[in-house]
Amino acid sequence: MAAKADSILVTEGVSIRFGGLLALAGISLVMRPATITAIIGPNGAGKTTLFNCITGFYRPTEGRIIFRPDGRDVVLNRLPIHKIAQLGVARTYQNIRLFGQMSVLENLLVAQHHFVNHRLISGIFQTRSFRKSEAEAVEQAWFWLEFMGMEQLANQDAGTLPYGQQRRLEVARAMASRPRLICLDEPAAGLNLQESEELNQLILKLREEHGVSVLLIEHHMGVVMSISDHVVVLDHGEVISDGTTEQVQQDERVIKAYLGEEDAEELQSVTKGAG
Amino acid sequence: MNIPAALKDSAVASLIALALFVPMIGLVLKGQSLNIQLLRALFVVAAVFAGRMLISMLLQSGLLGRLVEVIRKVLVYLSPVVGLVERRSFRFIGLLLVVLVAVPFLPGSSNYLIQILSLTLVYVILATGLNIVVGLAGLLDLGFVAFFATGAYGYAMLAQYAGLSFWAAIPLTAGIAAAMGCLLGLPVLRMHGDYLAIVTLGFGEIIRILLVNMIDITGGPNGISVPRPTLFGLGFTRRLEEGQLGFHEFFGLPYSASHRYIFIYLLILAFTVAAIWIFKRLREMPIGRAWEALREDEIACKALGINHTTTKLSAFTLGATFGGVGGVFFAAMEGFINPSSFTFVESAIILSIVVLGGMGSIVGVILAAMGITLLPELFREFENYRMLVFGLAMVFIMIWRPGGLLKVRRKTFARGGHGG
Ligand SMILES: Nc1ncnc2c1ncn2[C@@H]1O[C@H](COP(=O)(O)OP(=O)(O)O)[C@@H](O)[C@H]1O
Ligand SMILES: [Mg+2]
Repeated sequence: MAAKADSILVTEGVSIRFGGLLALAGISLVMRPATITAIIGPNGAGKTTLFNCITGFYRPTEGRIIFRPDGRDVVLNRLPIHKIAQLGVARTYQNIRLFGQMSVLENLLVAQHHFVNHRLISGIFQTRSFRKSEAEAVEQAWFWLEFMGMEQLANQDAGTLPYGQQRRLEVARAMASRPRLICLDEPAAGLNLQESEELNQLILKLREEHGVSVLLIEHHMGVVMSISDHVVVLDHGEVISDGTTEQVQQDERVIKAYLGEEDAEELQSVTKGAG
Repeated sequence: MNIPAALKDSAVASLIALALFVPMIGLVLKGQSLNIQLLRALFVVAAVFAGRMLISMLLQSGLLGRLVEVIRKVLVYLSPVVGLVERRSFRFIGLLLVVLVAVPFLPGSSNYLIQILSLTLVYVILATGLNIVVGLAGLLDLGFVAFFATGAYGYAMLAQYAGLSFWAAIPLTAGIAAAMGCLLGLPVLRMHGDYLAIVTLGFGEIIRILLVNMIDITGGPNGISVPRPTLFGLGFTRRLEEGQLGFHEFFGLPYSASHRYIFIYLLILAFTVAAIWIFKRLREMPIGRAWEALREDEIACKALGINHTTTKLSAFTLGATFGGVGGVFFAAMEGFINPSSFTFVESAIILSIVVLGGMGSIVGVILAAMGITLLPELFREFENYRMLVFGLAMVFIMIWRPGGLLKVRRKTFARGGHGG
């Protein structure tokens, strides 16, 4: 397939049914490597459900999810969660899921579990190779803390951080697991304007400096339009629009069919501001 | 003083007592016939009424409040001491170790004391093992005694049927206990909280009932005797086996039973130190971090590429290994074991040590193990009340420090360095 040639993630007619509810109804999309793809849509549209299918939390009833980390196709549908993660898919959660009673830095070490020497004997006797691998992991953790501007919080318990910092730490933790694709589920939810702006800059920087592909669920239209390369609009489990930011903004279906008056106005004003 | 309120409370208490005690002690079975002795029950109900009145009066007069206040004051003074131990835990362990090594050689030491201390150390080993499962991995295991029993009976039976020595039995038994841990882990992989607790509780009981019922192999309720350990082939018993050289003969000392007590005690002490050391390392290793992450959030843990199946199984397996080794030492120290040492109460005590000491904490668990084994010995005279006091003490500690005696001190990392 031509569309697949230059892609990191492809979904082909992904559907999932919960009892009588068809939460996803044949989602097909293609995501290019090292781009930011925003998934938008009203509450209950199926955005989080799509993330859950990609990361292995849910099994699609139909369709295929193909991940292409290094040119080869891997079908994710039947893989367990941790295998998908090991292939290079990381995520954050709409409701924060940090390891609250572990320190910030330890959270980042856990994320590197399958890169460090986790053999029992090496660890108990602290062999040289073990110490080297640990030191590297700690170094990597510091790198991501610095990236997020949280070095001074390294030894604090993750659960005691202010909300905004917890959101950042979740992104840092996902990045520490060295993903090719990172799925961010409303990373800016609950942040104030400034925090949200900073986070967006960091997400842009992630893509630019680390070549990671970003799948982003975001409600704030201004943010979506300013940082994404590609926008997918979901409604009732279906893709109702898919294209560049300009294309989506001009799509009558998006404006009329689902955004509602308020959001439509916001979208228009953003368009004016941007244009 | 509010008499009507007190009367009302007492009346309610008596009503409950009435409902309870009329069937319980008012009805007496004599042969085939049922005797109704209401007077007995009414007497107890009257006592409940009077008791409840007394409590109401005490509460209203503020006496009880003052008592609680005094206890609180004492605890406030204790807190800094605990804090100091918390901060200087490494030094504390060192000091404790020196004292423990010296105890058998101090004047005033007795076989009885050594035996109690040995038991305390066995509990430290057991609690350290359970601390992996409950404290680090957050898996509530109420049947830990199963592994303790496996260790003890494993050694006894390997010695009896395969003629294995103590030293050969340790690794073998540890392996068997590890396999049992894995076996228990498999069916409960998907269980959490209450469900897990109930299944593990059942597992512990199954093992005990097996031991009771397999009379031909285990000796059933009569128990089984266990050979005493040797030191490089030197025996510690008065009547030595054929061709065996006695410790006292080799060193030209007069025979003394205390040699054996001291030997086993020091042996257990050495293994306790090893167990604690391994636990400390585990806690700071990738596997230990994975256990804690699993405890904190299993879903997030999986989504970071951690295989939760192997991680959980490894916690059960390693915890069980510690339990098994603890069991071998218990058997070696007692010289004779029977199933009554491996009841649910034992699981509960080991769990209490972990919870009271502070989940995941090392020093906390040592202190709690000492408290739980040594304090009841100190108050032997109050035999009948000591379980009552014991329970009250636990309640107070949990109110005073809900997270357990000591908080876990997490490893701190310094920029540029390699942690410290
Ligand atoms: N595990 C589940 N069981 C049943 N229904 C679910 C489940 N997960 C999601 N849904 C339903 O699927 C729909 C989409 O939900 P979701 O993906 O969370 O929406 P959003 O786009 O707001 O993230 C909702 O109607 C939700 O109730
Ligand atoms: Mg959602």
